Amino acid sequence: MSAWQAVIGLELHVQLATRRKLFSGAATAYGAEPNAQVGLVDAALPGTLPVPNAEAVRMAVRFGLAVGGRVARRSEFARKNYFYPDLPKGYQISQYEHPIVAGGEVRARLDDGRDVRVALVRAHLEEDAGKSLHDAFHGATAIDLNRAGTPLIEVVTTPCLHSAAEAAAAMRAIHRLVTWLGICDGNLQEGSFRCDANVSVRPGPDAPLGTRCEIKNLNSFRFVEKAVEYEIERQIRELEAGRPIRQETRLYDETRHQTRALRGKEEAHDYRYFPDPDLPPLVLAEAEIDAIAAALPELPDARRDRYQRELGLSDYDADLVTADRSTSEYFEATLAALGGPEPKRAKTVANWIAGELAAALNAAQRPIAESPVGPEALAGLIREIEAGRISQKVGKDVFAAIWAGEGDAATIIAARGLSVIRDDAALAAQVDAILAANPKPVAQYRAGDTRVLGWFVGQVMRATRGQADPATLDRLLRERLG
Amino acid sequence: MSIDIAALAARVRDGTVRARDLAEEALARAEAARSLNALVTLDADGARGAADAIDAAPARAGALAGIPLVHKDLFSTRGLRTTASSRMLADYVPPFDATVVERLAAAGAVTIGKASLDEFAMGSSNETADTGPVRNPWDPTCVPGGSSGGSAALVAAGVVPVATGTDTGGSVRQPAAFCGITGLKPTYGRVSRFGMIAFASSLDQAGVLARSAADCAHALAAIAGHDPRDPTSHPCPVDDYVAALGDGVAGRRIGVVREWFGDGVDPAVAAQVRVALERLEAAGAKLIDVALPTLDHAIPAYYVIAPAEASSNLARYDGVRYGHRAADPADLADLYTRTRAEGFGAEVKRRILLGTFVLSSGYYDAYYRQAQRVRRLIADDFARAFADVDLLAGPTAPTVAFRIGEKTSDPLAMYAADVNTVAVNLAGLPAISVPAGFVDGLPVGLQLAAPAFAEGRLLAAAAALEQRSDWHRARPEGFR
Repeated sequence: MSAWQAVIGLELHVQLATRRKLFSGAATAYGAEPNAQVGLVDAALPGTLPVPNAEAVRMAVRFGLAVGGRVARRSEFARKNYFYPDLPKGYQISQYEHPIVAGGEVRARLDDGRDVRVALVRAHLEEDAGKSLHDAFHGATAIDLNRAGTPLIEVVTTPCLHSAAEAAAAMRAIHRLVTWLGICDGNLQEGSFRCDANVSVRPGPDAPLGTRCEIKNLNSFRFVEKAVEYEIERQIRELEAGRPIRQETRLYDETRHQTRALRGKEEAHDYRYFPDPDLPPLVLAEAEIDAIAAALPELPDARRDRYQRELGLSDYDADLVTADRSTSEYFEATLAALGGPEPKRAKTVANWIAGELAAALNAAQRPIAESPVGPEALAGLIREIEAGRISQKVGKDVFAAIWAGEGDAATIIAARGLSVIRDDAALAAQVDAILAANPKPVAQYRAGDTRVLGWFVGQVMRATRGQADPATLDRLLRERLG
Repeated sequence: MSIDIAALAARVRDGTVRARDLAEEALARAEAARSLNALVTLDADGARGAADAIDAAPARAGALAGIPLVHKDLFSTRGLRTTASSRMLADYVPPFDATVVERLAAAGAVTIGKASLDEFAMGSSNETADTGPVRNPWDPTCVPGGSSGGSAALVAAGVVPVATGTDTGGSVRQPAAFCGITGLKPTYGRVSRFGMIAFASSLDQAGVLARSAADCAHALAAIAGHDPRDPTSHPCPVDDYVAALGDGVAGRRIGVVREWFGDGVDPAVAAQVRVALERLEAAGAKLIDVALPTLDHAIPAYYVIAPAEASSNLARYDGVRYGHRAADPADLADLYTRTRAEGFGAEVKRRILLGTFVLSSGYYDAYYRQAQRVRRLIADDFARAFADVDLLAGPTAPTVAFRIGEKTSDPLAMYAADVNTVAVNLAGLPAISVPAGFVDGLPVGLQLAAPAFAEGRLLAAAAALEQRSDWHRARPEGFR
């Protein structure tokens, strides 16, 4: 059997986080009453004309610059013609021969730490269609035009991906980038970020490309992985059984984890693209592009590399604190509150973010930007631990108390009397009591089995509710057992 | 009416003439001119209300205070049915005004109704209107031209002094020529297209029809200028068209375009147009023969580009949100198919089919892209010509008005009626048709074209011709 190679390219539909639609001036907020956000242009009333939204254009340029693509000084809107009830004009305004962004690249990291370079073909501006609601009314399809005219960029990758994991990683990387740039809210459930995957297989890397199938409308990272995985296996199965692949559009069934054919090539539309005569070419001034470039934030990959280089963070930690813009900002703000970036502290802060904070946020279903324990508060807590006023273990309780709104770390430690017991006399009394109550392990230790030392530490810690200073305790135990 | 509309409006503003009286007179004339079948909708109540509002505070009214007018029924009018002379929109009432409508109302003009047109402005004879053919006031057995045929007939019949029109390939100029009035198509982008129902977006331009250059100037002054709601509207400043009327043609170099006197042009029409040109020469213009060989390709290029854009622009008429909807559709395809089969007339369907074909995969390069190349060459040809001359001239139409029904069975013969007008649209230039005499009792139009945004130059030449002729003062029998 030959070694099949899968070839995958993605098309990502990224809804831009503008306040207004791409051409109509109507609002774009999600979840409004059906048809409450529909301008004259969105309803395609006769005589209405599209007026481009400059905010959306700037966002597309941000993306183009962030991926290192070529931002077209002159791009062109085109009409994609097809009939559908949720497409009021009978055409979608998109870009075709002259997109606003050509080329560019995104780095995607796989779970095994390997990086994949995802080369982009293009990114173009277009408007979203409305929604057809097939189940809202019995025997009728309802149309909601709230989404009609919402600005998108469609990001098209080259067919440079070779596994389901790579496809999912590429989707994640682009998702991270567009949310990082603040041009997309990234909400997959609400459809702000959707993916189509083009999949084919071939008998080896040097063989010509196989016939591809397009899987439409994948709205989660997991679905992309599952759908692509299924599709690769299906195509290999078909080819090995001697059945050729039909070029077709397929849909992913989330419950069965399968793809099924929606329409074949012969049913494909002829979209009759042509330049939109209502819209002059989109011309960008050099100064405008320069201004957008100057305002770009440090990008996630650059920041991750910098953390590894300057702060000595591990791959894992660096990934973690650059997973999204708000986590990264939280990390930076905490470090700043602690007096600046310093390798040892960076590791400590990363650990807190990955540990207690992530767990608490997850349990409460809150985004990090709305964490009840803010960067200042976390920095205060870390300062208490660094100063030796409380142990790491007590620190976790203090974290929970800050989360619960009991004040800052210093206040809670004072109020609860949680300061570390460093006083020899106070601690010695506890140690003596434990030793007296446990003659057997004492004998064991004295017979050379020093492993029981840890057990004694645990006993004293329990008795002192974790407040014993570990160094003092260690010294006292060794003195008395020795 | 011997005074121009601005002078009349001044009398309304100073209270010596009542807007209501002007409206009543126009309504009465509209009634008398019913046989022309030129009005789709008469809005007597709206006209009286608007006139009364002006009379209530005449001093505050604008430059066109109380001037009655009709809008081509392609301009959206808030609360007033706007049909595009199509069954598809027979009951469509827009919730907003077109910019042209809004600006004329703001200037004080009083809309008395909506004028018939070729369905969706597709035609050169006004015979494709769903309400039937419009008759030419000069001879009711003849067409008024198209597509702004209703507007032209109503102005020629004296119902209103001024009307709006739209010109995609000659739809203001050719009916103006056929009806013996003045019709101005401004530079593409000079007047907002917002609210004007689209036929071919890159060619459509709103224009005005009136009985004099001065009235055209006043009306154009009211509607010209940038509109943020139309991205193709041009931001450059608007000239003082009224002041330009007095500029004359002394020293102007007028290029007489050889191709506009080509084989298809009736020699009697050509001869009459030369008579008019000699009057301009007598007024101080210099006539120079010029050739623009690419103009021979204007008709084929136009009949690729215009239908292509139309096929897409008219896709919105699907029966889902407004307009005609087929009864009891079996499914979505049936809804679309029957809605459009029932709602559109034959000429509109022909152009949708043509346009769909030329944009189709495998044909796009051969037709649409090629036509765009021709379009650029034509624009270049004009630019070259205008390096030497100030204006270009020729007959507006190759013939005088033809008989109703004469060309309806021969689309190519009908398309040839636009032979001298479409090139100007392809190049986006301004042009005017001015009364230039008569052949067999029917009016002849002189077409003048100018470089972009030189509307003032056109109006000056038209005014100069008026001073040396009385063709524009002639009135059809029965409408004097």
